[in-house]
Amino acid sequence: MSSTISLMTQSSSRQFWLTRPFGERATQIFLGVLFAALLLVTVLHLALPQGHPLHVNAYTVNLFGKYLSYALLAVAVDLVWGYLGILSLGHGAFFAIGGYAMGMYLMRQIGDRGTYGDPVLPDFMVFLNWDSLPWYWLGFDMAWFAFAMVLLAPGLLALVFGFLAFRSRVTGVYLSIITQALTFALMLAFFRNEMGFGGNNGLTDFRELLGYNLRSNDTRLGLFIATGVALALGYILCRAIVTSKLGRVCVATRDAEARTRFIGYRVERFQLFVFVVSAMLAGLAGALYVPQVGIINPSEFSPIFSIEIVLWVALGGRATLYGAVIGAILVNYAKTIFTGVMPDAWLFALGAMFVLVTVLLPKGVAGLLLHLKRRKKSATLPKEATA
Amino acid sequence: MRRFFSLGLLCLLLLSVTVTAQAQTSATVEADDAAALELLNALDVRSYSAKGEAINAILQSDDERARDWLQSLLDGRLQRTDDGRFVVVLDNQGRDWPVADALTNEPLGEMSRRDLDRIGINNNLRNQLRSAIAVVDLYSPNVERRRISASRLLGEVDEELAEPLSQLIAEEEDAEVARRLTQALAIYQVESGELEGVETLRGSLHPRVRVALSRAANSDDSIIADAANEALSSIEQNLKINRGLETLYFGLSLGSVLVLAAIGLAITFGVMGVINMAHGELIMLGAYTTWMMQQLLPGQPGLALILSIPAGFMVAALVGIAIERGVIQFLKGRPLETLLATFGISLILQQLVRTVISPLNRTVITPEWMSGSLVINDALSLTLNRMFVLGFALVVFAALMLIMRRTRLGLEVRAVTQNRAMARSMGIRATRVDIMTFALGSGVAGLAGVALSQLTNVGPNLGQNYIIDSFMVVVFGGVGNLWGTLVAGLSLGIINQVLEPWAGAVLAKIIVLVFIILFIQKRPRGLFPQKGRAAEG
Repeated sequence: MSSTISLMTQSSSRQFWLTRPFGERATQIFLGVLFAALLLVTVLHLALPQGHPLHVNAYTVNLFGKYLSYALLAVAVDLVWGYLGILSLGHGAFFAIGGYAMGMYLMRQIGDRGTYGDPVLPDFMVFLNWDSLPWYWLGFDMAWFAFAMVLLAPGLLALVFGFLAFRSRVTGVYLSIITQALTFALMLAFFRNEMGFGGNNGLTDFRELLGYNLRSNDTRLGLFIATGVALALGYILCRAIVTSKLGRVCVATRDAEARTRFIGYRVERFQLFVFVVSAMLAGLAGALYVPQVGIINPSEFSPIFSIEIVLWVALGGRATLYGAVIGAILVNYAKTIFTGVMPDAWLFALGAMFVLVTVLLPKGVAGLLLHLKRRKKSATLPKEATA
Repeated sequence: MRRFFSLGLLCLLLLSVTVTAQAQTSATVEADDAAALELLNALDVRSYSAKGEAINAILQSDDERARDWLQSLLDGRLQRTDDGRFVVVLDNQGRDWPVADALTNEPLGEMSRRDLDRIGINNNLRNQLRSAIAVVDLYSPNVERRRISASRLLGEVDEELAEPLSQLIAEEEDAEVARRLTQALAIYQVESGELEGVETLRGSLHPRVRVALSRAANSDDSIIADAANEALSSIEQNLKINRGLETLYFGLSLGSVLVLAAIGLAITFGVMGVINMAHGELIMLGAYTTWMMQQLLPGQPGLALILSIPAGFMVAALVGIAIERGVIQFLKGRPLETLLATFGISLILQQLVRTVISPLNRTVITPEWMSGSLVINDALSLTLNRMFVLGFALVVFAALMLIMRRTRLGLEVRAVTQNRAMARSMGIRATRVDIMTFALGSGVAGLAGVALSQLTNVGPNLGQNYIIDSFMVVVFGGVGNLWGTLVAGLSLGIINQVLEPWAGAVLAKIIVLVFIILFIQKRPRGLFPQKGRAAEG
């Protein structure tokens, strides 16, 4: 992958870093396909009558929206794993924290329409006999504050955690294990009722977002499109980062951390920056996910979910970004099919995917596509660097 | 002989009846059935106070069946048939009850509940019966029964009992019973305002003693109150030590579980550098092997448990070899991919157990010699199964230590992990060493499962609960260091237990996790980092 990066940067090094990805062929194709898909689904949903065989119903639009938010999460993981070599087994935690921030806003929007009719306190707090909001719930009735928190809360956690970890040069397997421990600890914490996040049941029964009824089909379509746009923006941002000079330092860090350090780069700063950006994107994905599924609970913190995200990226192909999107959509589509038809077989299939992808398809679907393309062309492209 | 003598003596003092002659005659051994029937007849009256008199009469009668009568009367099993005979109901389930004659103890077959008339008692009588039975039991030749009855008398001693009690204490041969009786008497003394009792009670940890002392501490008599307060505070001190010991025991027990779960990982991850996320599932397979063994050998849980130690090792080791040959060998030098692939295997194994056996938890029976607890004193008792697991963990650890330090395999493993190419050129078959080491680590996971089946439920998620903890223990202790794993496991167990009463179980676990996360930031190579060449890899 680094060969493409070096090619790109040679031709467009003068450009503004954020607009540079638009010159890339892969990005153009990706954005083209994404917007075509968004448009197609919208048209098929709105223009065709209910009974038409090509009509996309509201449930499916919702499902696609969910896949897109997963895809954004996968892009965030690919940014750190593919380009920084940090296998985070805790990105589900950032996703869930973003989701909880959005969930708290949606909870406050319910107002006095809850079961207990309390104008301020959410139902579960009334149930627990709390007489006032805990301090960390303050401000979540304001949309701007909540949306800022969607990015800031996961970002802050990543900043503190990453600062400590990278400063003491915890990398590789150790980092993977402690990120997993982090999300596990958070899961245990959020399961506690005393934490004030609804405990076991999490946050649910949402009604409206910015005044739009969450149960109406139009809102669902809107959320689907918003998620698609967020995915596009996130993709462009990540692409811009990895094609910049900073991105090249990251790749150098991934491939030879000690050498990069000896050249004089403060490796831990680069790692920290990219890690925080990735966590914020994951938080955004979580915030888009929650209004679409209508619930956020501590199971999103479970280590198995975080490790599943890694599988999406591995299946799609690391260090390509678009591969992560392909992987997330493929695996989740398979999950939807399997859990509907034969739920028992899903874990077998998931487990087998883990084994087969790592052993037989180390570069994922994207690697396979590239391989086929190259065979067709049989051109003498430069040999691809190992990821 | 002694029993009858003493019983007679007791009755004498209890009721202040001065008929000593009766007690000393051995002729009463052959009790007269007619007299017995009369005693029982006296029970079948309306007035409860008359029944109380009748109970006393039975006590006084020196009949050897007295205790059985009183006990069945207390349980509501002493009943009268329509034709006036007294029977003891053996089993009052269902419509027809098997009964036995109260006088001769002969089984009389089944009788309809409608033909039986229960001799009713009220709460007062119940209390009277309980202490009467306790008193009768004090004369039992069975030491165990005497102990139980002596414990029951704590706080129940009244004026009538006090005097025969002091005599009993002098005669008692069993030290434990004598101590209990002394305490029981001392509680009575404290209650009746004697300073001497407080002295005796000092140092006892029984909750009833504490109740009596705290009552005395609030009494009007300032001398008694001061003495009781002082005794109480020394008891509290003592209790605190015992609670500390208990926490330590539970901590060591939890720690031994962690060590067992992590020690196999210390071999595969620490020594070989292979991340095996399916390690937890190997533990689960060991636990299921125990369950399977008990299904194969019904009625012999102890034998099954002993046999499942080698069986669990073999099952887990074979699965481990399959994982190594099937997946891990292709991913050499790519630890993160190994992590993902073995995680996939763990999902498959979990679902396999769910599909083939059941998604529900299975119960593994604890054999008799492992159940129960070792009572140290009134405030401290150690459960035996935890003690066995603790011992087992130490034995497994010692065995692994020996294998790694003293055998050819251990030498080869260390050689291969330090410098594979060099080891191979010295004639060590590195692939074979890989297989053996992985089998060893996996087998130890199986052993952990066998041990865990005695402490927790055996279910498909058993392994998942331990995998993160196990990795934490290995990383905390220092990768590649078996001693580090032992120290880390035990200390994490103790820290967890110390925090638990203060913070609650879940929060304690969170605190420990956060502590380890922070600790690794400070010392990335754990408590006991490897030094020298081994550390370079």
